[in-house]
Amino acid sequence: MRAVSKAAGYKATVTVTLKPSILDPQGEAIGHALQNMGVKGIKSVRIGKHIELEIEGGEEKVLRAKLEEISKELLSNPVMENFHLDLQAGG
Amino acid sequence: MKAKEFALTLGLSAGEYDQIEKGMGREPNENEIGMFSVMWSEHCSYKNTRRELRKFPTTGPAVLVKAGEENAGVVDAGDGLALAYKIESHNHPSAVEPFQGAATGVGGILRDIFTMGARPVAFMDSLRFGRPEAKGDDGKRTRSLIKGVVSGISHYGNCVGVPTIGGELVFDQAYDGNPLVNVFCLGTLRHDQIRRGAAKGVGNPVFYVGAKTGRDGLAGAAFASRDLTEESKADRPAVQVGDPFVGKLLFEACLELYARPDLVVGVQDMGAAGLTCSTCETASRGGSGIEIELDLVPQRETGMTPYEILLSESQERMLIIVHKGREAELKEIFARWGLDAAEIGTVTETGRVVVKEGGKVVADVPARILADDAPVYEREAKVPAKLAERQKLDLRKILPAKPKVREDLLKLATSPATGSRRWVWNQYDHMVGLRTVVRPGGDAAVLRVEKPGGGWVHVAMTLDGNGRWCAQDPREGSKALVAEACRNLACAGAVPLGLTDNLNYGNPHDPEIFWTLREGVEGMAEACRFFDLPVTGGNVSLYNQSPAGPIHPTPVVGVVGKVEEGVRLVPGILGKGGGVVLLLGTQESGGLGASLYLQEIHGVLAGKLGKVNLKAEKELHQLMRSVLKLKGVRAVHDVGEGGILWALAEMTFGEESGGAEVEIPCGSNERPEEALFGEGAGRILLEVDEEAVTGIEGLAKEAGVGCYRLGKTGGDIFVIRCGVVKEKWAGKELKDLFHNSLPKVLE
Amino acid sequence: MRFAVVQFPGSNCDQDCVHALQILGQEARLVWHQETKINPEEAVILPGGFSYGDYLRCGAIARFSPIMAAVKVAAERGQVVVGICNGFQILCEAGLLPGALTRNEGLHFRCETAPIRVETPTTRFTSAYVTGQILQIPIAHGEGCYRASPDVLQELEARQRILFRYCNPEGEVVAEANPNGSSHAIAGICNARGNVLGMMPHPERCCEPEMGGVDGRGILLGAAGVGRSL
Repeated sequence: MRAVSKAAGYKATVTVTLKPSILDPQGEAIGHALQNMGVKGIKSVRIGKHIELEIEGGEEKVLRAKLEEISKELLSNPVMENFHLDLQAGG
Repeated sequence: MKAKEFALTLGLSAGEYDQIEKGMGREPNENEIGMFSVMWSEHCSYKNTRRELRKFPTTGPAVLVKAGEENAGVVDAGDGLALAYKIESHNHPSAVEPFQGAATGVGGILRDIFTMGARPVAFMDSLRFGRPEAKGDDGKRTRSLIKGVVSGISHYGNCVGVPTIGGELVFDQAYDGNPLVNVFCLGTLRHDQIRRGAAKGVGNPVFYVGAKTGRDGLAGAAFASRDLTEESKADRPAVQVGDPFVGKLLFEACLELYARPDLVVGVQDMGAAGLTCSTCETASRGGSGIEIELDLVPQRETGMTPYEILLSESQERMLIIVHKGREAELKEIFARWGLDAAEIGTVTETGRVVVKEGGKVVADVPARILADDAPVYEREAKVPAKLAERQKLDLRKILPAKPKVREDLLKLATSPATGSRRWVWNQYDHMVGLRTVVRPGGDAAVLRVEKPGGGWVHVAMTLDGNGRWCAQDPREGSKALVAEACRNLACAGAVPLGLTDNLNYGNPHDPEIFWTLREGVEGMAEACRFFDLPVTGGNVSLYNQSPAGPIHPTPVVGVVGKVEEGVRLVPGILGKGGGVVLLLGTQESGGLGASLYLQEIHGVLAGKLGKVNLKAEKELHQLMRSVLKLKGVRAVHDVGEGGILWALAEMTFGEESGGAEVEIPCGSNERPEEALFGEGAGRILLEVDEEAVTGIEGLAKEAGVGCYRLGKTGGDIFVIRCGVVKEKWAGKELKDLFHNSLPKVLE
Repeated sequence: MRFAVVQFPGSNCDQDCVHALQILGQEARLVWHQETKINPEEAVILPGGFSYGDYLRCGAIARFSPIMAAVKVAAERGQVVVGICNGFQILCEAGLLPGALTRNEGLHFRCETAPIRVETPTTRFTSAYVTGQILQIPIAHGEGCYRASPDVLQELEARQRILFRYCNPEGEVVAEANPNGSSHAIAGICNARGNVLGMMPHPERCCEPEMGGVDGRGILLGAAGVGRSL
């Protein structure tokens, strides 16, 4: 059983990435540029978003649910993107 | 019966399946059924509307490429110059993912135009949404749709360096949950540069160029029928992503390729149903066959099945057939632009599209059956049961005893439905290319286009639709649209050359909807014949419904014309003052039936437009073009939605514009609101020098068109008299409301 | 003067620049981004557009293209280099001008005619104008918000390297007239030596009356060394 379910503050990191089948023009363009620059061995480039949130204290479980909701509703576009949420006490 | 069941899950009917089996002489496999499901869809085959579309006039002395022949129509603009243009819808993709939906719509229409051999030089967009000011979730969703669509258009159009120079943006509850995103593109070329999409010359190589193929746009229905886990479904959404950078490279590379003499045999873009569509259409047009090897198709993802590769809607791809022996030239050009160019097959004499994977045949279909033999249906049509009721209008029950014109106009100026569209077109690069002579915001946009022999031709264009008019009277509403589009062109001194149409309707299996569609087509056809205006192609978008019901019947027309020699282009807004206000046309307003006024001010959609007087319209347009050749014309604006009062008010909304003082004629049996806000008659407002009045009156008399002096311009207040009504507004009061209404709800 | 207008694959104002220069009686040739040579007597233009799609950062990929090494050499030799819009972004990424161009403060792409004020007539690019003169020049960008460290901004101010600022129609530099939120309302700057100009507005779009004005002529002619003779 986990001891800490409540902390004075949290840091959350939400990583938003395109779903695997969705074309990523940004990644394509950068991959192409790297190739032109002579960088070898890069098979693909995919670009996502890294979002940091600092949060006041509260119960971790409630917070996590809230953040999941925010990530789904606002931070990512569920039609095209997946997200990964990382929540840590402190900060 | 497994094949038949599969066909049904893909949306083919039992009868259609039987026809396929008979045509093929055997049971089709899964890949072949997939190919038929797309080629025989309404989008590709027009099976529900083809009978109706035949009613349009499609020929004329200026027509170089007719409707249905190729990807876009082409008309002659004189001096060896030709114009290729077309409108297309991306309604459903935009409802799912507004940014990418709109962006790929722009990319798609761009490919249609450069496929013809033309350099794309302008975009316009006709957009319809629910009400952005609506409260709660409806408003929130609508606002995010609007922002997404506008950003998507801006993203793609700006990046490819083709200016977006006009269009329309309409808010009406009828489009809540089912937005309309219709995009138009115009390209220019010499007559001898017109390219055809035909596969000819047995043995000629077939090239695939552009972006790699992924699982983009694969229809949900297809997945539902196969063994896919929840997880893999989530990873295989139907959203297509546009890459404007690759789109730009592709059109530059293709134009460079076309410039090489005798290199290209045929070109076809890969739009809906990508490879399937492009191979069978080019083969069918060329009376030939095509054989391709899927292992040679550049792929973005691993493990794609033949079915997926054949039906993928990945963007920015083209199929190009070149003369044998010239392969290296094509490869060199595409390599220079950093694009894939893969030789995937050859032209054959078999009349069949043969698809192989690793040398093994995975589909083998007669090209003609696939491309051209889709069934044509005569759908049942029935007058909507409530139409007569809806067309009744009793103004006594709606209008207040004492007119409140002052408040009415303030309300119109405040409404996002009528407010300035600057917020939108400021986000579009409307100047790139150094051709934009009349920028967005006026009646028609005007471009200058280089003549093959040097010098400029001025081309005017406009997009017009009106779901309200067409909902209340589909036939007259559609006629009025065509008349209005031609009137907009006349305000730029242009003679219309051709029309492209986008028919946006609900489910054609509903007899009432099919009846409105038929009426709409017949009304448009009649008006086009009257104006000698050929319909050179377009698009049909059906099944536009949300749970709340179908959209308004919304045909949208794009009309392209040529500005006459000697015309002096003038703005649609007033100068600082000292001019005379003239009205050309008729003193009658046409009444408040189906008007914007009733909807915006009184929340009522009732009545119908008056009968459109096409003869009077034509005479008015001719007069307008002559008047623009005179000196002393300062400003011109067409009277459209909102009637004469709104048109006048709009003329005072220019940054530097002064006010005006006018008297608007009011018939003895007419309410002032009818005279002021009626939008059913073709009329044009002018601001002119005092010295020019006599000359214009003379021309009007000769033409048999009414010309009325309404008042003068100047000062900074806007004063009107109409029957018992006498009102005034501080110019700045209205101007600020007008310019801020849209940003206020959207920012 | 002979101009070399660099053509990146996603450039879209390259032809416009060539057209404008020809109208002004200048010679212009297009130089493909994979070329490696700029002639010693040429002036260079990096035109607007989306050089390589500009998905990562505007101009970020372009700076690594083969032609940019030659452009750097030309700049060091004292040849004229003008970056317009995307070209300005590339010059900053390449280190030929200080600072960076970031997303417009309003987050939208903006295309309109924006008044800019000439801050100094003492450069070759502004010699056709007088201090305080207001030019009506179109802008069209999504990432034109100029940012630099306080030291750099101070240096630009002190050495009169800010050539143009966004202003209102009366010529006042006010927040409402700043279309993208640029620091110090910067619309265009030059390098210390005065031969490299970067600006967000498009002078090539206003060299003909039919395009809405001719206020951009002085800048291009200045680059050609014809400045005052306008």
